[in-house]
Amino acid sequence: MDLAYGPQYEAFRAEVRAFIAAHGAKAPRRFGVSRPSEETQAWQRLLIEYGYAARTIPKEYGGYGAAPDILQSRIIAEEFTAAGLPMGIANQGISMLVPTLLELGTEEQKKKWIAPTLRGEVVWCQGYSEPGSGSDLASLQTRAVEDGDDFVINGQKIWTSTAHAADMIFCLVRTEPDAKKHEGISYLIFSMQTPGIEVRPLKTMTGHAEFNEVFFTDVRVPQKDIVAGRGQGWFVANATLKHERGMLGDPNQAGTRLKEITDLMHKETVDGTRLIDHPLYRDRLVALQGRVFAMQFHGLRLLTSAAKGEDAGIARLIVKLQGCEINHQLAALAIDVLGEIGVLYEDSPHLKAQGAWQHRYMFDLGLIIGGGTAQIQKNIISERGLGMPREPKPAKA
Amino acid sequence: MEFGLSEDQKLLQESIGRTLEKVSPLERVRKAAEAHEACAGDVRAALTELGVAGMLVAEEHGGMGMTLLDAALASEMLGRHVAPVPFVATAVMAPIALAGAGSKAQQAAWLPKLASGEAVAGVAVSERAAGAREGAGVIASGAKLDGTALFVLDAAGADVFIVADKIGGLHLVKGDAKGLTRIALTSIDLTRPLGELRFNKVEAEPLSAGDAGATLRRMIDAGRVMLAADTLGAGGMMIEKAVAYAGERKQFGRVIGSFQAVKHMCAEMAAELEPCRSLVWYAAHAFDTMPDEASLMAAHAKSLTSETGRFVARTATEVHGGMGFTDLVGLHYWFKRIGLNRQLLGGPERVRHEAAVLQGWAAD
Repeated sequence: MDLAYGPQYEAFRAEVRAFIAAHGAKAPRRFGVSRPSEETQAWQRLLIEYGYAARTIPKEYGGYGAAPDILQSRIIAEEFTAAGLPMGIANQGISMLVPTLLELGTEEQKKKWIAPTLRGEVVWCQGYSEPGSGSDLASLQTRAVEDGDDFVINGQKIWTSTAHAADMIFCLVRTEPDAKKHEGISYLIFSMQTPGIEVRPLKTMTGHAEFNEVFFTDVRVPQKDIVAGRGQGWFVANATLKHERGMLGDPNQAGTRLKEITDLMHKETVDGTRLIDHPLYRDRLVALQGRVFAMQFHGLRLLTSAAKGEDAGIARLIVKLQGCEINHQLAALAIDVLGEIGVLYEDSPHLKAQGAWQHRYMFDLGLIIGGGTAQIQKNIISERGLGMPREPKPAKA
Repeated sequence: MEFGLSEDQKLLQESIGRTLEKVSPLERVRKAAEAHEACAGDVRAALTELGVAGMLVAEEHGGMGMTLLDAALASEMLGRHVAPVPFVATAVMAPIALAGAGSKAQQAAWLPKLASGEAVAGVAVSERAAGAREGAGVIASGAKLDGTALFVLDAAGADVFIVADKIGGLHLVKGDAKGLTRIALTSIDLTRPLGELRFNKVEAEPLSAGDAGATLRRMIDAGRVMLAADTLGAGGMMIEKAVAYAGERKQFGRVIGSFQAVKHMCAEMAAELEPCRSLVWYAAHAFDTMPDEASLMAAHAKSLTSETGRFVARTATEVHGGMGFTDLVGLHYWFKRIGLNRQLLGGPERVRHEAAVLQGWAAD
């Protein structure tokens, strides 16, 4: 047990701080929109040049080429967060497609796609879920039929965030209709400009269209744009989903939100009394603080396991479930302490934090459902973590 | 940066666990509980052999000079096996009291005996840690104590007591002191007897060589972390038992563990308890190395494991169905152990209020 980083890492931290002092002012003010602006792309290029983005991606594919070092990555995240600066672009192309291509792509695919994706020039969307295939993703029905050198794709995807802004899609399609459901799927990458693709925004309970539906009608895609071969799509997708689940339920985001609520409760008053002086609200805040601390220390434990190359087992499997739940409860507390103000929205007078808490309260429920529902997470925890038996398949009628 | 257990710590925990598995199986626990044994002497002897009694006693006094994190790992194992032995007062809080506020002579008189297991120390601080119930409280006048101390830890069979008075002064009282009346309190948890002490002009030695107030704070922090670790161990065992039972018990032609309703109960227990382990480790480590954070983290560890412990104790019992409710399976020993830990040294609401005060969010 040693929570100090040691001189070598503290020297690295000093480098990161020096970078922030010298270049922090160049950080884009608007960040996290689906299509990176020129300013964001310039920031991203600078981060890659110094190794604060795409750090471990090989140089030949446009990354910085450092050896993986989880503690260095954490120091970068700590320092950027402390300075209030955006890290590198974190879209689905960078977090999911790039690792997938690195692991399973052909040399040509890697050379062509990784570098522009890292620089934020090429934006990707993920074509996995379908209206009839959510938790049971492997039952997906979008068909890709061989025709000459091409596949011809027909079907529909849903929950496709950024599809409206994306250049490219990585997409699961059924190429082998006669194979077993897990073995008939292929992973294709193709342009969103291909004729026959229609994107319709999907408005959610937040009032915004954070997602889309994507319709494919006779969309022609060259057969060579497959990753890892026909029928390998399920295997490829699992390699990719592993990367997504790590992103959801980040305890440091919960830490930031906790601090925001704490500040809010010290500033806001009701009947002239600060919210923090209300014993019931305060008790809820402290109880949540305990849970957030526990998940932050839990994160340190996982980090230590990962740095040693050990599998943390069940400790790792619970992160998405617990992290998303705590975030949702934090939003719920903020709304409750705000009373009627807590339900104001959009551009209403008296709105606090630009309506962020209402938006989070709703959007976080989406995150509890998305990326593997809470119930699917519980299946994973009980089956893989506790070794409990799988649900038996219903007998064929 | 390393947030995890060392190889030595893993070995220590394993060896305590293995020993308890052997010397303190359910039948032994049941025997101790049903006979109202103050302390299972054979179990205590086996643990003392491993150095558990003297973990926190400095080497110069015959102890192991270990950290609170080490003690937390031991405490987790004691909870895991619902071990019917004194620990939190005699092996943790009393050595901290003597080391922090005892004179050289007091330390030399008691620490070696506590470390060797020759003596047991009880600790009477409930009025300061959980609040004084009506009629409770000890007043010191000169070298004499008067009043009542409730919920004294490791009280049965104690040779000496560390007593906190109403204003936070600490005193050392011999178990056979004149004017001291010792009353056993029967709680739901028969694996760890509680006591009441009534003082009528009882002779006491002040523990005043160090800062008694700061020492009392340290005792309470350490005690809370130990109770949290005990609940962590007891809860972990309840989950294992629930998973094992669900893998054997058949209804509707299937093991019940294949029903999602049952699996999800088990997943929820594990998902809630696993972060508690990280928090208990951190709280213990903060006690050892980060004094500014120690009290806050001890309060959080106590609160979160208490709340999670209640959920696990109830849910694991439900997974066992009717059998969980019987004495046959004995699951109730863990249920009650968790129940007692929750109330001792400040329940969740009380320690959360303290956490708020510590951060300047509430007046004392």
